[in-house]
Amino acid sequence: MSNETLTPGGAHPDMLGGMTDPEKTGHFVAPYDEGVSFDELPDSAPKERFRLSLTGWIGAIIVVFWLLVAVFGPFIAPWGENDLPFPDDYSEFQSPRAGAWLGTDVEDRDILSRIVFGAGRTIGIAFAATILAYVLGVVLGIGAAVSGPKVDMVMSRINDAFLSLPTIMLGLVVVAAVGSSIPVLICTAGLIYATVVFRLARALGMEIMVMDFVEAAKARGEGRWWIITREIWPNAAMPLITDFGLRLIYVILFISSLSFLGLGVQPPQADWGSMVRENLGALQYGESVFPVLAPALSIATLTVAINLVVDDVSAQAGGRLSKRL
Amino acid sequence: MRGLILRRIGIGLITVLAVSIIIFFGTKILPGDAAQIRLGQQATPENVAAFRERLGLDKPYWVQYLTWLGNFLRGDLGISLASDVPITNLIADRYKNTVIVSCLTALIGVPISLMLGIMAAMFPGSLYDRILTFISVTLVAAPEFFTATLLVLLFVFALDIGNAVVVGSTEGKGFFELISHFALPIATLSFVIASQLIRMSRAAVLNVMSSPYIEMAILKGVPRGRIIFRHALLNAIGPIVNVVALNLAYLVTGVIVVEVYFAYPGLATLIVQGVQSRDFVLIQGLGMIFCLTYVILMLIADIAAYASNPRLRHPK
Repeated sequence: MSNETLTPGGAHPDMLGGMTDPEKTGHFVAPYDEGVSFDELPDSAPKERFRLSLTGWIGAIIVVFWLLVAVFGPFIAPWGENDLPFPDDYSEFQSPRAGAWLGTDVEDRDILSRIVFGAGRTIGIAFAATILAYVLGVVLGIGAAVSGPKVDMVMSRINDAFLSLPTIMLGLVVVAAVGSSIPVLICTAGLIYATVVFRLARALGMEIMVMDFVEAAKARGEGRWWIITREIWPNAAMPLITDFGLRLIYVILFISSLSFLGLGVQPPQADWGSMVRENLGALQYGESVFPVLAPALSIATLTVAINLVVDDVSAQAGGRLSKRL
Repeated sequence: MRGLILRRIGIGLITVLAVSIIIFFGTKILPGDAAQIRLGQQATPENVAAFRERLGLDKPYWVQYLTWLGNFLRGDLGISLASDVPITNLIADRYKNTVIVSCLTALIGVPISLMLGIMAAMFPGSLYDRILTFISVTLVAAPEFFTATLLVLLFVFALDIGNAVVVGSTEGKGFFELISHFALPIATLSFVIASQLIRMSRAAVLNVMSSPYIEMAILKGVPRGRIIFRHALLNAIGPIVNVVALNLAYLVTGVIVVEVYFAYPGLATLIVQGVQSRDFVLIQGLGMIFCLTYVILMLIADIAAYASNPRLRHPK
């Protein structure tokens, strides 16, 4: 299908299937009638069919692969997170061999199994943190947009102060203050990235607040809650959802970096970032590459794949997002 | 114009104040008492109380904050809780190391990425442009330690050049020895900023290239190189300076991971140690240095944007 045009009735020409096949019906039926006249406007804008490009497909497949690993991995992992595959042969950084397909790490544990367990933890934490960032950012951002210039001023200035700090520094200060655990990580990342979501949601809310239909709603005497849920939210939802993927990448990178610095997920729990750190010795003393390469490559494939999908989606949404990264 | 810049600097100063408050009180809310940490578990309560008085910890928070800020402005960062040495002594050597790596990265990475980005903008849609865009899109989303690992694999394992780990200080080493030590950290950081810079400088030039006066030059038959360098580049300089300053600010974050990766004796490894040993005085001092650098670079980025684009100066 090369054209994306839809018939006025809303049915995609393809959906008519065999019926329109000229060989079967004996006469040619144009995909859509040029002479059609609109008695009334169609009740909704024609829905664009969403299609991924080749790179988008590759990205989507990799993302789905990692999601499956994260969810079902622990059930099929060859070893437990902290099991020793070769209890008799205790030597660190063993090369890949039967039973440990990616070799063993600094404490002789199976790298493949740890990657599998780490997938769930890394993706889970990042996802929870991004959701938290979105809930906070969107509620406060749209709240700021609808509650008048004074409240908006105060909230925006506080937000700007946090935005002007490097994220990793904020993370370091929090971890130094309250120590590191998974709930702390989720809250820290969630709060830090809520600032970015706040700015986006506020800007979108502001843009929509001055639209004619909001004026009309106000003139009709609709309440604030009605305006937020019926006028602003439906219009702000789509750009916010497309931005979600981008934010997820940053959160994954942030959490992995903290873990890599030894300030995120704590051993003996497996996490991709902390795996890189634990096994750094293998690389520094030239012993083996798999213990560092495997977790680093896992993070890179996941974030790059999400990026490919986001790029594709935003290119179709008018390319506004791809400029922002 | 001058008013706007002054206003922006004013906002920058307020930001710095806000940052100092966040850092100071962020490290104050913790449990743990600085005097107790310094003296260890065996100290008697009287000793701790006396020591608290000497450190000024018995005063109200805002007095402590003002004293700390005043000392910071005079270059006194306090005394480390973990090692009992003035922070300034701890930093002295390492500061130089971090500055060397950052400056070399800026000197090497920035011009190369700008050149690549501008060349991509000269031939948009060409094979070269598409490959470069693909690589930079890939690298921009990958973590720093992934780039570092790839470089170590290539240079140390495959080609047997350079060191995967940087050990010790810079003193008493020959020029070539230093190169082999610094090459990989600098290369990694260059890749990290290049991935952003290439995309952004390409976009900046392309943005100018789509304006009517360039179209006029094309129609007039001006050669391509001349259009880029005489007509487009001059107008793209502002956005490019903005982009460069922004990316040097990203470098502040990138340098932390890269220093730890290569066990490089710089400020970033020091602050990570500080967090691990809960040395709050160290975290406060270094945190301020990092954040200040970041805020100043952001300030430069904003001013460059104002200076280059008259339309920003007169917002509607």
